[in-house]
Amino acid sequence: MARSKREIQEINAGSMADIAFLLLIFFLVTTTMDVDTGLMRVLPPYVEEPPEDQPDVIKRNVFVVLANSADNLLVEDEYMQVEDLKDAAKEFILGKPNDPTDMAFPEFEPASNKPESYDLVIKYWGANKLVSKQIISLQNDRGTSYELYIAIQDALASAYQEVRDEVAKERFGKKYDDLANGNEQEQEQAKAVKKLVPQRISEAEPKDIGQ
Amino acid sequence: MQIRKKKQKSVPPVSTASLPDIVFMLLFFFMVTTVMRETSLKVVHIIPKAKEVAKLERKSLVAYIHIGPPLKPLQSIYGTEPRIQLDDAFATPKDIPTFVESVKAATSEPEIPLLTYSLKVDRETKMGIVVDVKQELRKAQALKINYSTSKIVDKEALQ
Repeated sequence: MARSKREIQEINAGSMADIAFLLLIFFLVTTTMDVDTGLMRVLPPYVEEPPEDQPDVIKRNVFVVLANSADNLLVEDEYMQVEDLKDAAKEFILGKPNDPTDMAFPEFEPASNKPESYDLVIKYWGANKLVSKQIISLQNDRGTSYELYIAIQDALASAYQEVRDEVAKERFGKKYDDLANGNEQEQEQAKAVKKLVPQRISEAEPKDIGQ
Repeated sequence: MQIRKKKQKSVPPVSTASLPDIVFMLLFFFMVTTVMRETSLKVVHIIPKAKEVAKLERKSLVAYIHIGPPLKPLQSIYGTEPRIQLDDAFATPKDIPTFVESVKAATSEPEIPLLTYSLKVDRETKMGIVVDVKQELRKAQALKINYSTSKIVDKEALQ
């Protein structure tokens, strides 16, 4: 039987590029490429009524940051610009561990006072290492602008980060972030630094005045 | 007198056969690297800047709460005061527990603790509305939050 020797016609692929371009443009328009960044925070769990017995924190251990509805900042009873907040907070966090007469900075206690929570501190610094009792208290008004709030949060976070960097450099010769991303031993060292300089930011319920 | 003879050689046409392949490659690149836009924004937000930012990983485990003044065309209906947008609609702080529940329901059990709530807030917003949202999130046991901020390039770090 004679087969018909018809040649198969070539498909015209000229418009293929157009189709692909169309798809490409569709994806370009409908998708987002931006990397989301932000300040991570963990909120305290909700309690129906705030506990009556506040743990008695001595006043000098608390670094009070107040922001009012006119976006003014009051830090430890003094006016301050938000640019200066980081250095002030850093100074407070570092404190003066070897000066018992000093009353402006937070108290220190030897790590052996609370061996269960400072186990890593004892491991790397010894039982006599002095640990600060610092707390930073932040209170804002309902009329405070979000921009200032973020600036405060960022300044406090940078202050803690820089103190941790200094501590980590002094003891382990590396920056805190490098330790945290390092091998297993370095990660433990990072944890120890974190135990020594815990980020204690307490946010009070905002006040509703001057709205 | 003409010295050179006019050349009559024609340029061979450039082959465009590989063009679709190139475009497809681009297409696949974009399909793989990007995420579909899920909601259309009804509020405007210019998010503030900060230094100590962390990257948000795993976008499937992030729920967004947008706060800001409504878009220009919507301002005649909704006014210019900052409003909350959840998914595709305007909401009040009271709607947040329902929103959190629906987000949790859409996530598999072991991944629920990893859920992050990203607050995309306009920088001119007053803290009052943000505080209300945070309070509702606390009540709904949604404690991991992220204040969305863009990163300032630190000049000192570059030196």
